[in-house]
Amino acid sequence: MVKPAYLEALRTDRGGRIFLGMLVAAALIVPALNLLPGENSALHLSSYTMTLLAKYMTYAMLAIAVDLIWGYCGILSLGHGAFFALGGYAMGMYLMRQIGTRGVYGNPVLPDFMVFLNWTELPWFWHGFNSFPFALLMMLLVPGLLALVFGFLAFRSRVSGVYLSIITQALTYALMLAFFRNDMGFGGNNGFTDFKDIVGFSLQSPYVRAALFLITVAALGASYIICRVVTASRAGRVIQAIRDSENRARFMGYKVESYKLWVFVLSALLAGVAGALYVPQIGIINPGEFSPSNSIEIVIWVAIGGRGTLYGAVIGAFLVNYAKTYFTAALPSMWLYALGALFVGVTLFLPQGVVGLLAMRRVGRSKEA
Amino acid sequence: MRIRRTCLTLVPLFMVLLGAVRAQPVDATGDGALAPLLTSLSTADYSEKRDLIKQLSALHDPRVRAVLQSLLDGSLYARTADGRVFLTTEDGDSLNLTDALTSAAAGRAPAADFSLIGVNNQLRKALRVALAQFDLSSPDRAKRLSAVAEMLRGLDEESIAVLRQSMRVEKDAAVRREMQVGLALVDLDGSDVDRRLAAVGEVSQSLDPNVFNRLSALLQPKADGGFSEPDPRVRAAAQAALRGIERRRSFYAGIQTLLYGLSQGSVLVLAAVGLAITFGVMGVINMAHGELMMLGAYTTYVVQLLMPNHIGASILVALPCAFAVSGLVGVAIERGIVRRLYGRPLETLLATFGVSLILQQAVRDIFTANNRPVVTPEWLAGSLQINEVLSLTYNRIYIIGFTLALFLLLLLVLRKTRLGLEVRAVSQNRAMAKAMGVRTEWVDAMTFGLGSGIAGVAGVALSQLTNVGPNLGQSYIVDSFMVVVFGGVGNLWGTELGGNALGVVNKLLEPYSGAVLAKIFVLIFLILFIQRRPRGLFPQKGRAADG
Repeated sequence: MVKPAYLEALRTDRGGRIFLGMLVAAALIVPALNLLPGENSALHLSSYTMTLLAKYMTYAMLAIAVDLIWGYCGILSLGHGAFFALGGYAMGMYLMRQIGTRGVYGNPVLPDFMVFLNWTELPWFWHGFNSFPFALLMMLLVPGLLALVFGFLAFRSRVSGVYLSIITQALTYALMLAFFRNDMGFGGNNGFTDFKDIVGFSLQSPYVRAALFLITVAALGASYIICRVVTASRAGRVIQAIRDSENRARFMGYKVESYKLWVFVLSALLAGVAGALYVPQIGIINPGEFSPSNSIEIVIWVAIGGRGTLYGAVIGAFLVNYAKTYFTAALPSMWLYALGALFVGVTLFLPQGVVGLLAMRRVGRSKEA
Repeated sequence: MRIRRTCLTLVPLFMVLLGAVRAQPVDATGDGALAPLLTSLSTADYSEKRDLIKQLSALHDPRVRAVLQSLLDGSLYARTADGRVFLTTEDGDSLNLTDALTSAAAGRAPAADFSLIGVNNQLRKALRVALAQFDLSSPDRAKRLSAVAEMLRGLDEESIAVLRQSMRVEKDAAVRREMQVGLALVDLDGSDVDRRLAAVGEVSQSLDPNVFNRLSALLQPKADGGFSEPDPRVRAAAQAALRGIERRRSFYAGIQTLLYGLSQGSVLVLAAVGLAITFGVMGVINMAHGELMMLGAYTTYVVQLLMPNHIGASILVALPCAFAVSGLVGVAIERGIVRRLYGRPLETLLATFGVSLILQQAVRDIFTANNRPVVTPEWLAGSLQINEVLSLTYNRIYIIGFTLALFLLLLLVLRKTRLGLEVRAVSQNRAMAKAMGVRTEWVDAMTFGLGSGIAGVAGVALSQLTNVGPNLGQSYIVDSFMVVVFGGVGNLWGTELGGNALGVVNKLLEPYSGAVLAKIFVLIFLILFIQRRPRGLFPQKGRAADG
């Protein structure tokens, strides 16, 4: 009997099994603690904490997406924040249309910022976004198509290494400048906020929030399994061969460009979904998400967790973002020092990240035994 | 020897003459003509004052200029007791007096004893023209020019006559041109067809917007089907003149765009040229490059704090200081971090990004997050007006020159010095260079220091162009990487040409699309360009399969 691919892939992936187990536990415990005990109970988990966890999980998805291409294929994208933000904007457009007449200006069709700019009709690219299935499609299609076109051009002409990093950075920078413009029809530098409903349910309702949390958990788990299956597959081996020596893989007859392209598109899709899940829970999306430094930060999550492991990316995303939440509240001026030191320290002393550190300790212990 | 002696004898003679000229009007006319006019000025009504102003200026007496100016400024008072007229400055409730007739100080007196000699708008206009007539004979060229402009604004027969007269004695070509054009514009209104035709010919070389408007007005059709200019020959001449003006206007506008583009490109080159060394020659991605520029800009600020009385020289002092500060920080980065990561460019990128965050926050903690004011010295301010269409601010001109000088200096260092030779050797073949006895470690540190120091110098220049704040570096980093990649890594000429080309393209697009969109287009163009030519405009030659 042939086992399903994902089970086969997870058989040898101890870290992945632990991670998925923790995800299941979180899915069971977190919403329950948020909904069941009373507000004053010691066991009560605030909605703030739940939203924060959900935010970390969308970041973890993004980190997995980056790890897939950087850790496994050697493509260092400094513009992955762009795909995340595009997914987020697609979701944001749907949510803006759902506000309907409850906006400040009460216009049934136009979002507030368009009324404010004296626009009289909806731009063509906004049509269809009042339908949820269409918006879902766009969340995948827009980042996916951009990655397809960009990747096709870049990989075909063999732009690689730091050159690719620099043009991905230029891509997200150009998008940031574009989205900051009011004329683009995406709300300028305020972006989208003040969302009310999603598929007919109020975003303020605790049950909707819990449901969104569960969906995020599921999406994170699914992303992990997809990436694990891909990396454990035959194609995954080729991808890693490309990482280690692109020319050697090419000389052996593999179509390096197509492998790179498809893994890049898959990664962009995951980033887009992460962005789409981020927006309704955080309640805002603005062009700042496109800023190049955001994208570089994603890379450091992966580097700190340990690249080429997938679950390392998740650990890194949680660690860095928890530290960010803590520092920006307690010692705001220290945060950039800490982040800067992390960048330097990890690249110099922890090339394998936290996961590498744990693995080393395990090896050390087994030697002692 | 002889010349000097002649000069020495001439000097006293000259001074005597000068004294005579200065003393002469007072002695010659005495108070005879001026005194009664001044007295009647204090009692005259507005229309009488108008005549009086004409009579006064007809005296050609230098004292009159002060009186007219004072009248225009509303500081000419008459003493109520005896009608004597004084130039005054206000001092609380009293007035500091200068006798209008003798030009001598006359002490202070309470304002209540005096009455102001008032003027209305019409008189003010007449006064300005009268003052301009005085200034037409001023030895100062700029004064004469503005006097001509002032007179052209309100011409009557009399001032036309004055203009014609002074045009004959005017020596300066530019001032004479102004007069000529102005008078020709008057002729355009005349009834004589030949004169109108000649006038069109006269003004056809002028780029003055006034001329353009007047000539186009001639061609305006009127309600009855005719034109405001009845003669078809004059109309044809005007049409031809207009076409010529248009052509030259767009020519100069083109030059202006080109120079603006070059200056913007120079800023890009400035930001990128240090990077061209660290990235281009050494292959090290230094994400903290922008912050090294920021350090240079802050160094300028500190230097200005240290020498607040010598702002003009502060920039020149700041240049070596900034080179030292950024260069040392650069060497520290190289020794501390980059050295351990050679051969791992992506890791270098991340680590130096960390350094950039730390530097930003350090600057924020030391200098606060607000922008720091850096003073522009006088010799950098102002602009060069070449003609009505073409004018360039000095800082744009300086930045083009400065970038070029810096670039040539760098080229010289790399081509002609021992360090340059070693740098090129190490960048071509590290192992072989080492085998030949080149201290590669030392060369690495020096190269990185050089590139960083150049970034600091660029920062000094940027402090004159943009806000000096903690984010200064961030806003240039993407651009400067694009310039280096566009020009071709490892090629300084590529960086120079690439940066300037991008600047010009950006400026060419701006009028059609706006500044932000132009920048986006340039970025997209670059992304596509790199697809076509992954190694930039001027790729390095080599056979390596792995670049």
